[in-house]
Amino acid sequence: MTVQENYELNIGPQHPSTHGVFRIKVSMNGETIEDLDMIVGYLHRSMEKLSEERTYTQNIPFTDRADYLAAMSNNLGYCLAIEKLANVIPPQRATVLRVIFAELQRIASHAMANGTLVSDAGAWQTPLLYMFREREKILDLFEMTCGARLTTNYMRIGGVAFEPPAEFYPLLNDLLGELPDKIDEYMDLLSTNEIFIARTKNVGIINPKDAINASLSGPALRGSGVPWDLRKADPYCDYDNYDFDVPLGLIGDSYDRFMVRMFEVKESVKIIKQALNNLPLGMHKTQIPLALRPEPGQLYFRTEGPRGELGYFVVSDGGPAPYRLHIRPPSLINLSLLKQLAIGSSLPDAIVTLGSIDIVVGEIDR
Amino acid sequence: MSLIFSFIPYIKRLIVLILILFGLAVGFILSKALFDLSIYSNAVFDFMIDKSSYNVAYFSSSLIGALGIISFIGLVLLVGSWVERRMIAKFQIRVGPNRVGIFGLLQPIADAIKLMQKEVLVPAVADKLLFFIAPVAIFIPAILAWAPIPWGPNMTYLNINIGILYIFAVSSLTVPIIFFAGWSSMNHYALLGSMRTVAMMVSYEIPISLSLLSVVIITGTLNLTEIVLWQSSNSIWLGLLIPFSLFTFFFSSTAEINRTPNDIAEAESEIVAGYHIEYSGMKAGLFMAVELGNAVLLGALVTSLFLNGWFLFGLENYIPPYIIFIAKTVAIYIVLIWLRATLPRFRLDQLMNFAWKMLIPVSIINFFMIAIETTIITNLDSSKYIIYLFAIINIAVFVGLIILWSKIFKIDKFSPEKIAPIFAQKIGGIKAMEGTKSVD
Repeated sequence: MTVQENYELNIGPQHPSTHGVFRIKVSMNGETIEDLDMIVGYLHRSMEKLSEERTYTQNIPFTDRADYLAAMSNNLGYCLAIEKLANVIPPQRATVLRVIFAELQRIASHAMANGTLVSDAGAWQTPLLYMFREREKILDLFEMTCGARLTTNYMRIGGVAFEPPAEFYPLLNDLLGELPDKIDEYMDLLSTNEIFIARTKNVGIINPKDAINASLSGPALRGSGVPWDLRKADPYCDYDNYDFDVPLGLIGDSYDRFMVRMFEVKESVKIIKQALNNLPLGMHKTQIPLALRPEPGQLYFRTEGPRGELGYFVVSDGGPAPYRLHIRPPSLINLSLLKQLAIGSSLPDAIVTLGSIDIVVGEIDR
Repeated sequence: MSLIFSFIPYIKRLIVLILILFGLAVGFILSKALFDLSIYSNAVFDFMIDKSSYNVAYFSSSLIGALGIISFIGLVLLVGSWVERRMIAKFQIRVGPNRVGIFGLLQPIADAIKLMQKEVLVPAVADKLLFFIAPVAIFIPAILAWAPIPWGPNMTYLNINIGILYIFAVSSLTVPIIFFAGWSSMNHYALLGSMRTVAMMVSYEIPISLSLLSVVIITGTLNLTEIVLWQSSNSIWLGLLIPFSLFTFFFSSTAEINRTPNDIAEAESEIVAGYHIEYSGMKAGLFMAVELGNAVLLGALVTSLFLNGWFLFGLENYIPPYIIFIAKTVAIYIVLIWLRATLPRFRLDQLMNFAWKMLIPVSIINFFMIAIETTIITNLDSSKYIIYLFAIINIAVFVGLIILWSKIFKIDKFSPEKIAPIFAQKIGGIKAMEGTKSVD
């Protein structure tokens, strides 16, 4: 007599589709996933504990390394939180520069997310490298401004670190001019590709109720059609002065999340154009004390990162270092729904769903 | 001075131009001597039959031919991997290998040397014998299948009357060998990959055999050389006369040889490398080499079955026919590279649905249609013009089927307007709400 039992498959920590050292222990029946267990922590670097020993300014590089694909957005969230805690008001020029760089980072991050999603669907890295073409230009802009491409460490408490050089603006204008065309090119190639639609349409459907209950945010939430964008709902950096729209998905499948990201890039281009037109003259940074000592108190500040609601919870005891710094990583919260989505589906569908949720393991483990 | 040296950026193109011109000149001189390579094999046979018995002469002359084919395969494996990497690099806006040798031409040799130096790891729980046999054995069908390929007028190594049957039988041998490799590795990824391969090959051999049967009934022979000659005597390429069979054969063969969009047996993003995940060093290299060789073999088969073999509008009288044959083969191989660089991958169940619900029924209909046409052709005297008529009919039916299929599966419902996201402004927008604002 034969006994039929499920077999276990370890997806990761070393696997092309887990986007980092992230492990899924899957119990499979043939090609169907019966149960799965997500194991995180391979990239844990104890950022939150280490930051309790460093001054507020010294903690900024940690936020680069949390979400290494969106360093600017993480810098921004942290600096805004500390500014609010310490009552530092950045100059107007710094705020606009921050918006420019955060939106550039959003474009770069979405290019990476969508490229890897199509790679997960089996396209042999071609769309990924096409999207890298634009991402490279953005990273070049970062490099000429702050000297780093990935871990930028650009925002400061009370402003930004450097003024962009003179040759930054023509290159940025060129990029903004060609980006919408490039997005249309990707749409032509991918969004009506029969195989890509077959692989992503109706795969990993998140209905709006589940999305809200699981506290999703970012494109994963908006893909399900829930209108929620912190740039509109809880504006920071004067986002309420910009004219842009929030794209929403129709049914919440992987394809919708892909399309929402694509359209968000177009909206980001609109925001950057407006910011460039309204860039005021003045200082890019205010003077703050070397060792900033905010009043004792606590604060939770949230921004809309490329992956969703990026929150910083800071507790100050009046000393030069935070008493406690907690990061709310959008990837970790978004990932929590994977188990519900993947059980009952096949392995390739689970991989595509994971790719469409767009996790960054550095942010999950911190 | 700088003007004199301004040609340096173009020196590579200059070298290519010189090489091409040199190659053309040498080719023109040698084309008479190398027009028909079979004369050398025959010369060996004539030489040996005076010295020894018939069997020895036959064996030694056939050894010459076998050596020729095997060295061609070796050359294909070396140059082919370079071509594939360079072309995919061009598709992906990269440079590709360009460091080892001029244009990186020696890169495959460097790769092979590196792979040979690496340790071949054998998993502790593996079935040692099968694990050892599989990468060696998978080479046997890959080389044997080249035997009945007609290279030129007298240049068929194994001119047998059951050529198609032979290729079909030999290529089926890869199924158990891939299963050996996957099962003996004792790895769940490898097992998944080999089970996928078996499921896929069992399904896709039916449309392949149906499309080949169409070729067989219309030409009335299983001999590959005679199929090529039938096409030239009726002055039509079978690919134009029966386009659906060409499509079925090509698409199903990509599933058989694990090429995109049907490379689910070794889907990199899902099961990493499939059945050869546990192999390292040159053993993994052997699997990859066989895959490449099979892709070129598919090109040779499509060429001889559907693209009129070594004939090309009378050009075969001036340049060696086998050069035309190889050029057509390489063209098909480049189409495969193009597909690989462009398309995402199907899912296993989608591929199975496509085989059983779409390809097999339509192949049977196509088969009956061609059977009727063949009956009419053989019973009429002026068969040449009726063949052209049937070619037009078949192409029209092929196009109609594609349109009908897209209607049935409602591909037009994915029009860009209907799948684009809606915008928040349309449904009232997002307002900054007092209750949700973060408080100081």
